[in-house]
Amino acid sequence: MIDFGYGITRSNRLNLDEADLTLARKMARREKSFGTCIGCGTCTAGCTAGHFTAYNPRKIQLMILNGQTENLKEDLEKCMLCGRCQMLCPRGISLRSLWSKLYRALDAPHKTPSVTRDIF
Amino acid sequence: MEERFSFDPFVLPFTIGMMFIIIYLSIAAGKVIYDLPSEDRKKFFRSLFSWRIFVSIKDIICECLLHVRIFRRNRVLGFMHMSIAFGWFMIIVLGHIEVKLYAPHRLNLPYFPIFFRYFMKETEQTMQGAFFFFIMDFFLLLIFIGIGMALYKRFNSRAMGMRRTTRLKMADRIALYTLWLIFPLRLLAESHTAEIAGGSFLTNTVGYLVGVVPEDYGRGFWWAYSISLGMFFFALPGSRYMHIPTEALLILFKNAGIRSRKKGDGVATAAIYSCSRCGICIDACQISSAARKPKDTAVYFIRQLREGDPAALKSAENCFMCGRCVQACPVGIDSIRLRQNVRELKAPKDQSDYSYLPAMDIGQADVLYFSGCMTRNMPSILYSMKKILKESGDNYLHMDASSTICCGRPMLLSGQIDAARAMIMKNTEIIRLSGARTLITSCPICYKVFCEQYSLQGVEILHHSQYIDRLIKEGRIEVEKSSLNVVYHDPCDLGRGSKVYKEPRRVIDAVATLTSIPSAIDKKKALCCGGSLANTALSEGSRRTVTEDAYKQLTASSPDVLATACPLCKKTFEGVSEGHSAVKDIAQIVVEAMVEKSPVPGKENSKNSSAHITA
Ligand code: SF4
Ligand code: SF4
Ligand code: SF4
Ligand code: SF4
Ligand code: SF4
Repeated sequence: MIDFGYGITRSNRLNLDEADLTLARKMARREKSFGTCIGCGTCTAGCTAGHFTAYNPRKIQLMILNGQTENLKEDLEKCMLCGRCQMLCPRGISLRSLWSKLYRALDAPHKTPSVTRDIF
Repeated sequence: MEERFSFDPFVLPFTIGMMFIIIYLSIAAGKVIYDLPSEDRKKFFRSLFSWRIFVSIKDIICECLLHVRIFRRNRVLGFMHMSIAFGWFMIIVLGHIEVKLYAPHRLNLPYFPIFFRYFMKETEQTMQGAFFFFIMDFFLLLIFIGIGMALYKRFNSRAMGMRRTTRLKMADRIALYTLWLIFPLRLLAESHTAEIAGGSFLTNTVGYLVGVVPEDYGRGFWWAYSISLGMFFFALPGSRYMHIPTEALLILFKNAGIRSRKKGDGVATAAIYSCSRCGICIDACQISSAARKPKDTAVYFIRQLREGDPAALKSAENCFMCGRCVQACPVGIDSIRLRQNVRELKAPKDQSDYSYLPAMDIGQADVLYFSGCMTRNMPSILYSMKKILKESGDNYLHMDASSTICCGRPMLLSGQIDAARAMIMKNTEIIRLSGARTLITSCPICYKVFCEQYSLQGVEILHHSQYIDRLIKEGRIEVEKSSLNVVYHDPCDLGRGSKVYKEPRRVIDAVATLTSIPSAIDKKKALCCGGSLANTALSEGSRRTVTEDAYKQLTASSPDVLATACPLCKKTFEGVSEGHSAVKDIAQIVVEAMVEKSPVPGKENSKNSSAHITA
């Protein structure tokens, strides 16, 4: 091959037709404000956990929307649920609620607890 | 007095009902006590045989009979509850006294004191007899007044100082109507026999009217009276009136110093059944009063728990955990704890351990300043605090200058205890390692969790308002009083949550003019800003409504400044404050009023305050 002095990187585009969007749909149902993110990254800039690791709340949202959910749980477990991101988000997204719902959605095996009666 | 009969079939509905309810309550109480964690159970039994039992008896009389706490809130409402409960209690007690006096050998028949007037005949008129007739009628009248008010309240609750009352379910309705029926039927029955058994102003008068009813039908009144009592007893377990017996048990638990720790422990159950569904908490909750969403308020949430309704899983989230309802509740039900129980039940099983966090050594200092996640979003507070700390001359370190590990309270509020513990351990390590004797934080959320969940013996924990108050008192910072009008808003976690009310007010008083606000939204009854982390169910729009409403109420007198002592409150209120009273943290106001001392050359007060990460 002739060396043109530049190469082509592998495409990182996703085929959204094939992506598994179960989680994205589930989260959209559970947290109404999910999906209104404009990707500004303010949440990431202020993220408490992000000061220690590469944790990135904006990316988490993107990954859900893209159906890239393989390592999501390990990533999410870095979040401290402190709510700084929510306090900063210009779109008023209920991010803390999103994270805690996501925590539960990813908790395996997930069983809905029952609130049984306490007497008889 | 002379005995006419000792038995009549009409006593059966009452007697069967009473036996049923006694058995039911004994088993239920046994189960609740059995469900207590064993150390709590020991504590409970020990408290029964200590002086605390007297406090409990006093509390039971004050709350279950006289409803002192409702009285304090609203006299009309208090009188309504008191007249029914106390009146009924007195009628039962007096009935027993009468039996003891006139037919002591019948005390073993449970129905005898209740239907005393049917079984006895007045042989001669005595002062003592007239006294009893009068006093029985008096208490019956008292009950009638109470029921009249209750009827009126059903149709016009505002007159009783309540904007909303609870919507009732079937079992409640049956119990309510039978309860209302019991007393008129008793009056009719006693009136009917007033000529034989004696009576007073009520029974005699009504007696003339019902006198036209023939003797045989007259016994129908006694039947009806007995049936209504029996029905009430059978409806009781499914109705809100379970609060009558349960509240006494809850008071015993409280005075034994035991609190609920998880769902289904006896205290939680007792709390759930102690709710009288009075609905006082509905108006107290701003999600209802401002955002007009009453469906998840404490009363309904507790009802869901009692019915084992899975909707409770969701409504547990729709709460600021601000504690206004708990403060208002006449029974003192800690509904926040009940919500927390459900949140913990729901939490994911495997939780993070934050093993990625590096070991941190920030160096040595006497005083540590922990700004916390929230304060880091509000540089105005952070800079003010740094200035004050520098001026104080204390040897301090900014614990989370480069990066914060969350205090853990938000995680706790989401029910993830293990994850929260992991953060608590990390922070404790850092604090211990620094050798600090004082820990100051600007965030009430952190302050509360430091005080309640951290074991930091030997380290004094201060909210910055307390610290500043001390500095002013000791003359370590110099401030000038300005003419600014300042209204102070108690942050929930600092006021109701940690009972810090005095210090922030003293600080404001030293630097500006503290303007008073209506007592209905002051101190213990302070409003929530609506920004609370604890609610993960409410939409931003509804939150904003709560915030706007709170801001409007707080700044009704158009003060120059609305002061808070919480970064989240500040941020939240700032979002709605455009053009009106400015929102400031106490620290900011103090810095503006501070007269800086001339720096002493060669003396550096604070060390380099950035945290140093090893690992
Ligand atoms: S809640 Fe989680 S994602 Fe948001 S700022 Fe805190 S650590 Fe970061
Ligand atoms: S701050 Fe809000 S809008 Fe911006 S990226 Fe984060 S979630 Fe999206
Ligand atoms: S929780 Fe308290 S205030 Fe609310 S309805 Fe029950 S008893 Fe009344
Ligand atoms: S704690 Fe506050 S938000 Fe929650 S129900 Fe009570 S008053 Fe409402
Ligand atoms: S931010 Fe302040 S007022 Fe708002 S919920 Fe928290 S403590 Fe209460």
